[in-house]
Amino acid sequence: MATTQGDREGSIDLVEESRAIEAIQRRIDAVLAELNYAEQARFGIRLSLEEAIMNGFHHGNQKDPRKSLTVRWVVTPEVATFHVTDQGEGFDPDAIPDPTLDENLEIPSGRGIMLIRTYMSGATYHAPGNHIEMHYRKPPRS
Amino acid sequence: MTTAPSRIRVVDINGVMRVEFTDRDILDEGSIRQISSELIRAIESAKPPLVLICFEGVEHLSSAALGTLITVNSLIKKRGGQLRLSNIKPSIYEVFVITKLNKLFQSFDTAEKAMQGFGRG
Repeated sequence: MATTQGDREGSIDLVEESRAIEAIQRRIDAVLAELNYAEQARFGIRLSLEEAIMNGFHHGNQKDPRKSLTVRWVVTPEVATFHVTDQGEGFDPDAIPDPTLDENLEIPSGRGIMLIRTYMSGATYHAPGNHIEMHYRKPPRS
Repeated sequence: MTTAPSRIRVVDINGVMRVEFTDRDILDEGSIRQISSELIRAIESAKPPLVLICFEGVEHLSSAALGTLITVNSLIKKRGGQLRLSNIKPSIYEVFVITKLNKLFQSFDTAEKAMQGFGRG
């Protein structure tokens, strides 16, 4: 673990250690709550972050304990943006088979990215595919 | 050497193994791995395994946890048993719907409803 700074904006280097991941999740969730992000939005953001971090450790860093992963975030009252960058060689997210097809339902993996794409307002993998940028934008008030 | 505390509670109710989680969040790989091995050990001791997993109190669940449920479901089916789920919060049930895993698992509002007719089809 390296640095943390500020509340609404920050960056942290993580190794695969559940307490550190939990701590950063709580820290970010506190900022989202303070800025009145809805409970359902916070649920989706937490899930998406968890999925992005786990993908980074497993598929990016290939579970190499010497490799770390960086999480950066900027949360404004309207938009919460996150970057998760691993030290792997990257991958093509479009090459993952659709996990919702009947023939793939019993495959235990491959659902993280579709959950991110569902819960976040936008998610992009930057080349070579070891850096995901995702954001959640609050819906306009009715 | 210390042993990690159990992450599930297992109670036998009339031949049905009722499983509950001790954690609110089933997210990180370490706890999911532990849950998986505890579940598999419990299932392997039952013939045939009739398993009810009750999600009472669970607030968050990751795709890795879904993966464990899929693996456990396959193992139960292979051993001639049956898996049912209950007490899933609406926000978590939505994850099942998004991934279409609601088609794979039988889920019930309450553990009592899930227990009705369990093992008879």
